[in-house]
Parts: sequence; structure tokens; C-alpha cells
Amino acid sequence: MDNHTLIPHLFRTEYRKITAVLCKLFGIEHIEIAEDIASDTFLLASESWGVKGIPENPTAWLYTVAKNKAKDYLKHNQIFTEKVAKEIRHTHNESNEVEIDLSDKNITDSQLQMLFAICHPAIPIEAQIGLSLRILCGFGIDEIADAFLTNNETINKRLFRAKQKLRSEKIKIEFPNKSEIDKRLETVLITLYLLFNEGYYSATQDTKLREDLCVEAMRLTHLLTENKATNKPFVNALLSLMCFHSSRFEARTNEKGETVLYQDQDTSLWNAELIGRGEYYLNRASEGNVISKYHLEAGIGYWHTIKEDTIEKWENILQLYNRLLQIEYSPMAALNRTYALSKANGNMEAIAEAEKLNLIDNYLYHSLLGNLYTTIDTDKAIVHFKTALKLSKSSTEKALFSNKIIQLREEIDKKK
Amino acid sequence: MAANTSPEVMQGMMKKWMDWMGGIAAQNKLASPGNRLGNAGKVVRPDGVITDGPFIEIKELIGGYIVVKADSFEEAAELAKGCPILEVGGNVEVRDIVPM
Repeated sequence: MDNHTLIPHLFRTEYRKITAVLCKLFGIEHIEIAEDIASDTFLLASESWGVKGIPENPTAWLYTVAKNKAKDYLKHNQIFTEKVAKEIRHTHNESNEVEIDLSDKNITDSQLQMLFAICHPAIPIEAQIGLSLRILCGFGIDEIADAFLTNNETINKRLFRAKQKLRSEKIKIEFPNKSEIDKRLETVLITLYLLFNEGYYSATQDTKLREDLCVEAMRLTHLLTENKATNKPFVNALLSLMCFHSSRFEARTNEKGETVLYQDQDTSLWNAELIGRGEYYLNRASEGNVISKYHLEAGIGYWHTIKEDTIEKWENILQLYNRLLQIEYSPMAALNRTYALSKANGNMEAIAEAEKLNLIDNYLYHSLLGNLYTTIDTDKAIVHFKTALKLSKSSTEKALFSNKIIQLREEIDKKK
Repeated sequence: MAANTSPEVMQGMMKKWMDWMGGIAAQNKLASPGNRLGNAGKVVRPDGVITDGPFIEIKELIGGYIVVKADSFEEAAELAKGCPILEVGGNVEVRDIVPM
């Protein structure tokens, strides 16, 4: 790694570790101090390394500086020392010297405990995602704003309010009790799932950023599977579905950055290693007797790693959607279920079912009906694609619908 | 279902049930998938006598129930139209749940 990429790389991997450990030590109410010390450490690194050259072990250098800065802070800030340092010394039960533990184990534990603190039911979900990106993933404000298609000011305000909430709710940075861990994990998984989706389906054009979001969601989910207390079947199921989906990352965008639809993807670009890992975690998920929505979605994800259209594939996908919808309704799942129904039971039945869905304001509903009518009633298909074109907000999708309409019109002309 | 029904037919029947329930869920109208009831059972009478089924008081055996969300009996009846029991000579009774 050269000088230009080293600091951004280390920032991405180490900032969050230092912040998590310090925050855990100081308490959530001093989250900004933890962030400031971590930021200052990197600032000093960029100055010092520029003049003196890169140290032999840059990570160790960062940790030493962060430790010293934290100790300095404790020494020099009177109010902070009185309120917090006393508490720290008391709980650490040692001499006057505060130990700042940047061992792998404490880093991982602190990050997991931070994850639970941030994904607390009292924090609004949008803020949970923002805070996770900033504090647990080390994303810059610019990057978070890009991912949400908004500006820095909005994100800063959102994070500020979320931190206030963490303070006012007096949320502790700790592992939840054994009795409530499943319930708390559920909230954590929802956030990780949304974080992944934010990357996978995001409207932002920045492919690298989208991939980073997915990788981070997977990294945090993986952390949960590595810890005995949180390595539950539904956590593995979530990780499995993330692996299956992300296996198509490379195949779904072409050189020009345009979206390549599933049926047009080159399967040789699908990542076999990720598919294998998806299968591995799906196996690990199949313990116990609870089937979560993540299990069902991972199952669907598995069948999508087989491109060939078979009756077996679509029948399985249909039944998985049938069960998924019984656990949790979502318009997206209802539409996907209807598509699977058309593949398994035929277009006529699927059209009848689609028309019961009552999703006329959803452009994907019209896109689905347009596709289902294509071989049955060209005029109706065109009407639906026109509506989809009108309702859709993305330029890539608008282009897709326009093309469909042109194709269908050409077919009508040929028949005349 | 008759004892000589082939596994393929049973499988097909099961699929119809699952597709029907899935269809109701896809309309966001399934409140609870309910339960299937077994054919065996006991009848407890006011005099404390307990007898085995069959339940002679009711002509038809209740095979199960599901709970749906609907604004009217008509809407609920529309959902019931797809119930696979209708294909094998059964019928569906639509009842409202009295809120407590």
C-alpha cells in the first residue's frame, strides 16, 4: 500500500476500533470525546508521517498515540476527570493509571457492545443506520450523505440528535442479558439488514460506495457470528442471505455503470466463493426450531444462485414467499411472490392474484403486470408499462420501460 | 381425504393450501394462519360424561380455521372463495370475531 491510500485505509479500519474502545471506557454520554480523540490521532498521524515517514507498525503507532491522548485528556480535563475518571478507576480497581485496552478481544467486544447500544429500540431506525455507519464503520459524513442522497447538514443534524438520544436514554454500552439477547438482537439485525439493503438497492450511482455499505453490513453480522452469545441461527441466516445477494455484485453492473438485469447476467461473474459461504452459513442457520424471515429469504437467495429456470426452483421460491408473507407482509415480497407464482402456476393465475394486491401506486406493480400481460394482451401490457414509466423515479428504470413499450408497439405493427 | 390418495395428489393438495394462504398474506389480509384440527377428539357433556368423537351434534367436522383482516363479510367471503376445501366438497363458514 502506498502513502496515499494508507491513511484512508487505516482510517476505515482503525478509527472505529479506537472510537469503540474509548467510548466503551468513557461511557456513551462522552461519545464525542471518543470521536475527537480518534480523529486527533489520525490528524497527528497525517502530519507526523508526512514529515518523519511511515512508522514500522502504523497500527501500533495509532494505538499508542490514541492511548496517550486519552490519558492526557483524563489528566487535563478537570470536570471530565472528576466525573468519569473516578468512575473508570473505581471499576478498573487499579492504581491511578488508567489502562486503555486496545487488544483484539477488547476491540471486538467493544464494537459489539456499541452495536447493541446504537441499535437500541429507543433510537429511530434512520439514526441507527447513520450512527452505525459513522461510529462502527468509520464512514465520513460525505459518504453517509451520498449513500442517503442527502446533504452533510442533514446527516450532521441526524447524528447529533441520535447522540442526544443515546445520552438522554442513558443507554449503556454492554452486552444485553441472556434473557433479552434474542429480542435485542432482532433490532440489531433489522439495522444490519437495512444497512445491507441501503447498499444493495441504493439509488446512489456510486458503485464502490454501495459495495462498501454491503461489505460493512456483512462484517458486523460476521462479528455477531464469531461471538458465542450472539451466534444464533437467525444471525447466520442473515449472513447467508447477504452472501448470496452480494455474490452477484460484479455481474449486475456493466462497464458503463448500467444495471444488468438478473436474466441477462453473465453467471461466470457470479462470485462462487460467496455462494459457498452463503451455503455454509445457511447450514449453520438450520439449527433450532425457529424459522425467521431471514431463513426464508436466505432460502430464496439460495435458489437464485441457480440461474436455470426449473419447476423445482420456482415452486420452492413460491413456497418460501408464501411463508415469508405469513411472517411479515411487505409490498416487495407480495410482488415477488406473484412473479414466482407466474413461473410456477402460469401467467393467468398470477394476473388474477396480482390484481388483488391493491398496489396501484407502486411502479413495480405495473412493471410486473406489464410483464405478465406481455404474452397475453399486448395492449394491456403497454398500458401498465406506461404507468410504470410515469411512476418510476430512476432514469435507468425509465429507460427500461420505454424500451419495453417500443418493443411491444413494434410487435403490434408487425401483426397488422 | 380417502386413504388411497396418492402422495402426489396429497402433495398437490398441500400446494393449493399453501398458495391460497400465501395469496391472502400477499394482500396483507392474513391476521393469523390459524390451525388445522385433527379428526380425533372428545366430547364433554353437561352431565360430566366424556365420549369420543365423532361429533354427532354437528353434521360436518371443522377441519381448521384461519383469521383474516377484512372490512366486510363480503370481502372475507371473497377470500374464502379460493379455499381448496371447496374442491373436495367442503365449505367455508365466515364469522366475525367479537372484539373483547
